[in-house]
Amino acid sequence: MKSNLLSRSNYYQVGSFVVSLLFIAIVIALSGVSPFQVVASLWDGAFGTADQFARVLSTLAPLLLCASGLVFTFTAGLYNLGIEGQIAVGAIATTALLRLLEGAIPAPLVIALALVAGTIGGAIWGLFAGVLNVYGKVNEIFAGLGLNFVAQGLTLYLIFGPWKRPGVASMSGTELLNESLWLSTFGNTEASPISLILAALAVVVTVVVIRGTHFGLKLRAVGQNLRASYVLGIPAVRQLLSSFAICGAFAGIAGALQVVGVFHRLIPNISSNLGFLALLVVMLVGFNALFIVPVAFFFSALNIGSLQLPLALQLESSLAGVIQGTLVLFAVLGRGFSERKNGLKNS
Amino acid sequence: MDSAQLIGILATAIATATPLVFACIGETITERAGVINLSAEGTILLSAMVGFAVAKTTNSLLLGFASAAVVGALIALVVAYAAISLQQSQIAIGFVLALLCGDLSSFLGNPVVRIPGPTVPSFKIPVLQDIPIVGPLLFQSDWLVYISYALIIATWVYFYRTRSGLLLRAIGEQPAAAFARGTNVVLMRYLYTLVGGALMGIAGAAFSLDFKAGWSHRHTAGYGWIALAIVIFGGWNPIRVALGAYLFGILQSFASVAQSTIQAVPTQVFTVAPFVLMILVLVLTSSDWLDRLLSPLPASLRRTALQTIRVTPPAALGRTFEQD
Repeated sequence: MKSNLLSRSNYYQVGSFVVSLLFIAIVIALSGVSPFQVVASLWDGAFGTADQFARVLSTLAPLLLCASGLVFTFTAGLYNLGIEGQIAVGAIATTALLRLLEGAIPAPLVIALALVAGTIGGAIWGLFAGVLNVYGKVNEIFAGLGLNFVAQGLTLYLIFGPWKRPGVASMSGTELLNESLWLSTFGNTEASPISLILAALAVVVTVVVIRGTHFGLKLRAVGQNLRASYVLGIPAVRQLLSSFAICGAFAGIAGALQVVGVFHRLIPNISSNLGFLALLVVMLVGFNALFIVPVAFFFSALNIGSLQLPLALQLESSLAGVIQGTLVLFAVLGRGFSERKNGLKNS
Repeated sequence: MDSAQLIGILATAIATATPLVFACIGETITERAGVINLSAEGTILLSAMVGFAVAKTTNSLLLGFASAAVVGALIALVVAYAAISLQQSQIAIGFVLALLCGDLSSFLGNPVVRIPGPTVPSFKIPVLQDIPIVGPLLFQSDWLVYISYALIIATWVYFYRTRSGLLLRAIGEQPAAAFARGTNVVLMRYLYTLVGGALMGIAGAAFSLDFKAGWSHRHTAGYGWIALAIVIFGGWNPIRVALGAYLFGILQSFASVAQSTIQAVPTQVFTVAPFVLMILVLVLTSSDWLDRLLSPLPASLRRTALQTIRVTPPAALGRTFEQD
């Protein structure tokens, strides 16, 4: 019976994947270009040169960090839409520390401390959403969305106010960091070994903590039934707040890496929507932490590959988002179908 | 600041708020029926693009608005099907659609970026427009603005003065009780989600054919997320929700004036303000802090104050309901 159920749900997964591909092909055809041309162009854009592949890796790192963090909040039964703001506040904290300590102590130490500051900044912003949720009884979705806009306002205020470039304040962001404060990279590319190591660590820690520790077990209990776990004496409040703080901390590191590793300054769209993309990644893998790696890699490759589209085929690069969204949409619908069919059969 | 300047700010505020009024009323209707349509941002973007493209090719404003409403209703249909029939998370499906439809609007809308198209003509109401202050403020706009006023009032009347409005509120509060009394909860939830989605679609067209006429990528500046916030701020009451939309409009239009006059206050304060206000209102109205805050007041006064300030979401909001 069990294997039967399994194959049935696999059947729906494959089915929803095929429908996604059809939908994507139709959308591409509507723009008047052959889907095969688009696939070739995407592949070329992501893997054509070493530089482009390095860019895929440098997008992968923050995506893995955010997705790992989201596994914690999802396990606790929360939709942390505030992750974008948590990335931004991590980036702000990092920039603040870099400005404060630049030149005062050796550069590698400044970078290390800046990463710590980013982690703490993100954790505080995550905890803020958690406090609003737990003590203020504000739905986490609206607390998160609201705090995203507050973080966005803070970023803009700093870029146009206290941290503006001498003479010109503009949307291009704060002044470029001194090159000694840039994260080291593979050769002249954008990929940094430190980013990738941190991201890999985040995934490993997440898998181990969620699957193999008492904390993970309690978190699952809280996520599955908040009231029951409260009655059973599991400190639900502490579990919820910790999951917000952990997710915020991981997002904060991602924000810090965006500053020291990718943009080398604070820019208005510092999160580059990677937090929202990470939400899609986690929804697609059904909260199974291990599958995050291949899916995040695929999504990063799409994001970078799509930058080629305007040049090669005069198409909008937002096709990457269309593909990602379609895959997740039909996966959710497919899951719903398989649950409904199974439910009918059981009853 | 002189009175002419103030009227200018307020007139801009009404224009800014008009698309938002359609979106907020649409979401209010949906949420009152117990469904959260989190796709607002994507719905508004995609319907703005389609509405503009259709109006441009057919040269008919009416067809533009109609197609935008259809797009909004179709997206709402996906939300309703996934949430009500498949019993999946409304948040998950809405969020995915918010991103997907936003990107679709950019991808498919590329050919119509920054080209001129038809716009809703202005219409000054005779006699009324000559009333000092009120005239220039309320009666020198265009058709869409007048329709938005009517929509606010009609929705309020429907909610609180009709039998079907009572049923609508019932399926969001006590679906089991409404079902026991013979209401087809599932059908009604589908219906109201579709109506709400169609209004959000009209909000999109209100952008591309009126307020910020034309189409460009990410044309609507996050209004979908803002609409979701304002519905809570307004406590799911059409009049309060509309006031929330106008407050947002005032803050926005004040911000653009303040940029040149008051340099001490950064304009970001005004753009962020609605969200800070929303969070404060939510904290004040949904936690126990309000009770503690009001506890020094005499009992009868406290009860009245609680009733006016406290907003509670529809009790079954976001929950699935099994009819059979």
